[in-house]
Amino acid sequence: MAQVAESGLARDERLARVGLAARLFQRPEIGSMVGVVAVFFLFLWAAGAKFAELDGFALWTDEASNVGIMAVPVALLMIAGEFDLSAGVMTGSAGLLFAYLVTRPDLNVWPAILLVLLFGLTIGFINGMLVMKTRLPSFIVTLGTFFSLAGLNAGLTRRATGSVYIPDVDTASGFRSAHRFLGSTFTTYAFPDRVIWWIVITVVATWVLARTRFGNWIFAVGGDATAARNVGVPVLRTKIALFMTTSTMASLLGIMIALQIRSAQADQGIGNEFVYIIAAVVGGCLLTGGYGSAVGASIGALIMGMITVGIPFAGWNSDYQRLFLGVILLLAVMLNTLIRWAAARSRA
Amino acid sequence: MTHLLAADKVSKYFGNVIALKDISAHLDAGEVLCILGDNGAGKSTLIKILSGVHQPDAGRLLVDGEEARFGSPREARAAGIATVYQDLAMVPLMSVWRNFFLGAEPTRGAPPVRYLDVRTARQEARRHLMAMGIDIRDPDQPVGTLSGGERQAVAISRAVYFGARVLILDEPTSALGVKASGIVLRNVVRAREHGAGVVFITHNPHHAYPVGDRFVILNRGQTLGTYAKREIDQQELVRLMAGGAELAELQHELEQISG
Repeated sequence: MAQVAESGLARDERLARVGLAARLFQRPEIGSMVGVVAVFFLFLWAAGAKFAELDGFALWTDEASNVGIMAVPVALLMIAGEFDLSAGVMTGSAGLLFAYLVTRPDLNVWPAILLVLLFGLTIGFINGMLVMKTRLPSFIVTLGTFFSLAGLNAGLTRRATGSVYIPDVDTASGFRSAHRFLGSTFTTYAFPDRVIWWIVITVVATWVLARTRFGNWIFAVGGDATAARNVGVPVLRTKIALFMTTSTMASLLGIMIALQIRSAQADQGIGNEFVYIIAAVVGGCLLTGGYGSAVGASIGALIMGMITVGIPFAGWNSDYQRLFLGVILLLAVMLNTLIRWAAARSRA
Repeated sequence: MTHLLAADKVSKYFGNVIALKDISAHLDAGEVLCILGDNGAGKSTLIKILSGVHQPDAGRLLVDGEEARFGSPREARAAGIATVYQDLAMVPLMSVWRNFFLGAEPTRGAPPVRYLDVRTARQEARRHLMAMGIDIRDPDQPVGTLSGGERQAVAISRAVYFGARVLILDEPTSALGVKASGIVLRNVVRAREHGAGVVFITHNPHHAYPVGDRFVILNRGQTLGTYAKREIDQQELVRLMAGGAELAELQHELEQISG
């Protein structure tokens, strides 16, 4: 208040006061950046140099891409103030549908990919419409679709194959060309294609958030939906588009996994929805919406990848992996809250 | 004689309740019309009619002398009548420039690579806020860090920027302290200086008198009279508004403001 009153003359000084460091500390992803460095050095210390060498690096970026491809759209949805708890099981549904299409009706891989992506768009549309039209919390609605899809995955797989998985995806026509882009590795160091997809998705999402109208609307509908509606932001369209993006990305990931492991499991993806949410929250997304970042979600995913690979590398018992994730989540949220509080104070 | 906005014998009934009866008032560009009245006097009903939320059951609205019927707030906005919400149309976590252009963002390029013209948006927001007399240190600063008065100034200058000729301010000072009310009153005067017509709804005659050019006093759905500033002094306005009982208390508040 006092600074506003003295207005005019001293403007340049006042701008300079918000320096580079302060700006950095106002970024949502700052907590996850601190976290990723800490976790990296923890495992470098515990597991030795092999963790940082190319083979180790390839392993944890692979795991990270598995989480990150979904953590980014889940983060966008969270910034818009919504959850998608069906995001994990959707990767399974998509993988199963894909594996079924290319092995039972013997469809070529490419049209099958197209159909599975359409399936993803449809599920996302249903999620979005249910949330928006019933005005129920998306947490409940997508918990419903989560369990519905999980039941369908198990039931229909058993019915179609008599077992809990669909093998022989690699016998399909067009497998080689699709495998090359979606399920393979692109160097001798076993970096999977997925890592490239993950990076591209993160860059595009970051650009959309910061530099497009749609990105502006994502922040607005999550920050204050009534205000957004009052100034003419299409709230319904924005949120439905994000639900559709999330389940379509889940479909893409499901296809990639099916191509990589050449089969699909009935219980694939169940439980991962929370891993995506953890990555997004570690990356600075507010559960209440209106704040967050795609880069942060990806850094969160990178932490997940390091933990998954680092624990066995260090010779620790993998049973404790979830304990690790839980502690990281709590620490990151506390750190993020602390930083936001400090940044707000330094500003006022 | 044509006015920017005029109400001609407007009435509104809710069932058998008479909310407004034969209200007439008019507003010209660069003028502040104050609508005063105690709770239940019909102020809210009147602004809802002006802003297109309700339609009058009798009487007419005139914009530039032409009869106008607003089916919705959107139609009223298209005619240049904007209701300025202080807290209902700002996203606190978003920056000033993003809020300023929210829903009408300037873009460059063709789809699919159409992107925000961030530089223009920042500069324009800053320039127009300066013109309204608020010097925003940093257009990237979140709106949530602004004071209530500053936030309202952003809302007003945004409405003016996007072509509003009539601004409706509904009880903008009712929840504010003396100092913050002063900032809001300054905003009203600045909007008027920019050539907008301002409809200022309040139950506080001490806030109304310094900025108003004309006063409509509502009581139980009817006008107690319409006065130009020269026809009435502040004491008389207070007396009409409140009657004798609360006068002493109001007098006290009056001294606080002018002091």
